[in-house]
Amino acid sequence: MGSGTSAQHHFAFQNAEKAFKAAALIQRWYRRYKARLETRRQCTWHIFQSIEYAGQQDQVKLHDFFSYLVDHFSPSSNHERDFLDRMFTEERFLQDPEMEKFGDYESIEVPDNYTGPHLSFPLLPDHATALVEAFRLKQQLHARYVLNLLHETRKHLIQLPNINRVSTCYSEEVTVCGDLHGQLDDLIFIFYKNGLPSPERAYVFNGDFVDRGKDSVEILMVLFAFMLVYPKEFHLNRGNHEDHLVNLRYGFTKEVMHKYKTHGKKILKILQDVFCWLPLATLVDEKVLILHGGVSDVTDLELLAKLDRHKIVSTMRRKKRKKNGKQAKKEQAHQASSAGSPAPWFLPQSRFLPASPRRLQAHGAGRAASVPCGAPGDAQALALQVRRSVDLELDRCRQQAGFPVSRSKEEAPLGAPEADSEAEEPLEPTLEEWRQVVDILWSDPMAQEGCKANTVRGGGCYFGPNITEQLLQKYNLQFLIRSHECKPEGYEFCHSRKVLTIFSASNYYEVGSNRGAYVKLGPALTPYIVQYQANKVTHMLSMRQRISRVEESALRALREKLFAHSSDLLGEFKKHDTDKTGLITLSDWAEAVEAVLPLGLPWQMLRPQLVNSSPDNTLEYKSWLGDLAKEQLNHENIQSSLLETLYRNRSNLETIFRIIDRDHSGFISLDEFRQTWKLFGSHMNIDITDDCICDLARSIDFNKDGHIDINEFLEAFRLVEQSCSEGTASARPQATNTNDSSCSEPGTH
Amino acid sequence: MTQEILLAEYHKKIKEAFEVFDHEANNTVDVREIGTIIRSLGCCPSEGELHDLIAEVEEEEPTGYIRFEKFLPVMTRILLERRYRPIPEDLLLEAFEVLDSSKRGFLLKEELIKYMTEEGEPFSQEEMEEMLSAAIHPESNSIHYKDYITMMVIDES
Repeated sequence: MGSGTSAQHHFAFQNAEKAFKAAALIQRWYRRYKARLETRRQCTWHIFQSIEYAGQQDQVKLHDFFSYLVDHFSPSSNHERDFLDRMFTEERFLQDPEMEKFGDYESIEVPDNYTGPHLSFPLLPDHATALVEAFRLKQQLHARYVLNLLHETRKHLIQLPNINRVSTCYSEEVTVCGDLHGQLDDLIFIFYKNGLPSPERAYVFNGDFVDRGKDSVEILMVLFAFMLVYPKEFHLNRGNHEDHLVNLRYGFTKEVMHKYKTHGKKILKILQDVFCWLPLATLVDEKVLILHGGVSDVTDLELLAKLDRHKIVSTMRRKKRKKNGKQAKKEQAHQASSAGSPAPWFLPQSRFLPASPRRLQAHGAGRAASVPCGAPGDAQALALQVRRSVDLELDRCRQQAGFPVSRSKEEAPLGAPEADSEAEEPLEPTLEEWRQVVDILWSDPMAQEGCKANTVRGGGCYFGPNITEQLLQKYNLQFLIRSHECKPEGYEFCHSRKVLTIFSASNYYEVGSNRGAYVKLGPALTPYIVQYQANKVTHMLSMRQRISRVEESALRALREKLFAHSSDLLGEFKKHDTDKTGLITLSDWAEAVEAVLPLGLPWQMLRPQLVNSSPDNTLEYKSWLGDLAKEQLNHENIQSSLLETLYRNRSNLETIFRIIDRDHSGFISLDEFRQTWKLFGSHMNIDITDDCICDLARSIDFNKDGHIDINEFLEAFRLVEQSCSEGTASARPQATNTNDSSCSEPGTH
Repeated sequence: MTQEILLAEYHKKIKEAFEVFDHEANNTVDVREIGTIIRSLGCCPSEGELHDLIAEVEEEEPTGYIRFEKFLPVMTRILLERRYRPIPEDLLLEAFEVLDSSKRGFLLKEELIKYMTEEGEPFSQEEMEEMLSAAIHPESNSIHYKDYITMMVIDES
């Protein structure tokens, strides 16, 4: 006892206090560090999502453009009509004997040196398991077996109803998986972790098996195989990507052609049909509804159960019934007003330009009243207006393209059939039926009440909690399981846990971007969720490293996009630079960028990653754009504006090429090119005479084999853009075989 | 920069940061994200200070959501007054040195865990695991805090 001890106590107390404070300081600092990581992660997510949706909008726009041309362009010659028909006819209405011919696999021989898996039918569970193992070892299934399997799959699917029923009485558990998008690793992981399908282990795969990832074919093979082996327990729902038109753009078509070359065509053909036969939804214990996208305020399960789902070839384009003029007009008016197809973007009147997903939702904020998906009142007037200006525009196009212009483009007289229409007209889906299917394959949930057009996707709706509630009550259901949207955790509940989004493609945007998940239901129907991330590397990385990798990838994609819009950006920057100093503030930069690329991104936050600023917070914008270009340019000495155009249009151009190249040969004939160019070029306001087009077509065919392949095609667009911007017959950057052009138009050799 | 321009800049910054977490695009964020938002704007409040801030921006009857209209003025004031400034590197180093009483230059994993989960404003298990994953040398099972700080600071910039 004594002062010594109390001094000790005091000292000890001080120490303790110091330690406490030190710990608190470290924690405070660490929490801030973590918050910044989290913010970066969120920003990265926004980047990927907005680019993804912007891409989808491009696809939709492109498709709308072509569809409208085809729908409203009354061909004045058989030649024209044939060409357009060939461009867009989905020739899937093959009669069965024809389909047999396409599915003809027996004539295909499997070579002796083939080391991949063999299939024999009827399939046994062991075969399916062996198939998974073979794919895990990176083997490829021979085309003969692919076709055989697809053939059997089709036979099976035809017998299935639109809405399949699963019961937990028979299978004790039901596992529901979401989008896989060609990511075979995730599927293999799910089977590994959850177990292979069996009579006691039912599976439902909720659409979007293909596109984007590199193993879409293998995924389909596995899924179809298990479906044939366990028909009562293994179920597939159609997703919006089970669609040959979507596949043209998002990689599946490419994958098939690349893997199967000469047999690829056959495979794609029969797949087109198989996709149409996929069921639309699955019901578990009559209580849990599983479908790919979502629902709308008019979703009618009875109608969906009854319609002929095979008629819905693609949700991107509804092939209309050939009616007499009056009917067609009424229907067109109706369609123009329906939520799924807003006024075409390329027409002078339409102000419609879908912005970022966020902005659109913001518009709905605060509006409690429910907005029906069908637009009100003056839709017919709009439709008429639209149609008139389309006619005018088309007349102009046709003049330029050299086709004769008929002044009075009236409807065909009532009852008069179109010349050389097919003898038997297979029935088409009604507008209502098509719309019902589009809704369930494309819709997304939103937080606000009501139901409004899903303008981001270009089809389906945004549906609110009241819509969900309405549907669940109407059909006496407990909750809804859907997919269609990537979620950071692989799943997400919304609408008071009445809607579960399940997404099974982990690392969808980039390694480390998100987890995948699947959900299990037992007899109590309580959802039990399992998450994963099918990439060993990510487990070893710290959160910080994971976020950095994904972030880098997102920023790269973003810089690419910025570069593709360099000229527009320059224009916007100049607007802010009124004193012509060559400098703008960082705040101006953010505004300008958002104006050009309406992605709704937090540009101020991203700014440090994209721009080096000077100490006084100004930016020399020209040199910044130059830096962007340097990053993107490769060895070829291509002027940056051309590269820019190419970049901007690259994915569209490829898609256009593939649309024209209907037989997937990899080539289009010079004539097909000419015809398409006339239509497309005139829309792009490129002044070019018919002679020049011919010359252009001939000169594009660099190797003079009478056909144009994809590279020549891309080159063509690049050259014509250049000639228009430069306005001279000056030399092109690349040497090609030229013939002297006789045309007087600028540089179109 | 005049006061007006400064205010406008702050408003833009705050709005952007808010929108990143406004998942439903209806000008509200989950109250649990407020801390992240405030920190992303450069501030470094303690948990206690954060708690007080939340009370300021919450509704009279807490809904679990914070509205932008209430958040903006409070956040603007914080930025103007330069409150909750970040912690300079040297102070951070000192703090580690306090915990490292024998001045070895490192802390053992168990020691770090003890301090972080029992002292100050304790970490949750998740926070602890996350910090460990990046900080701990797998071989020595310790954290060499000087290197650690350097690494984190580089990462920030």
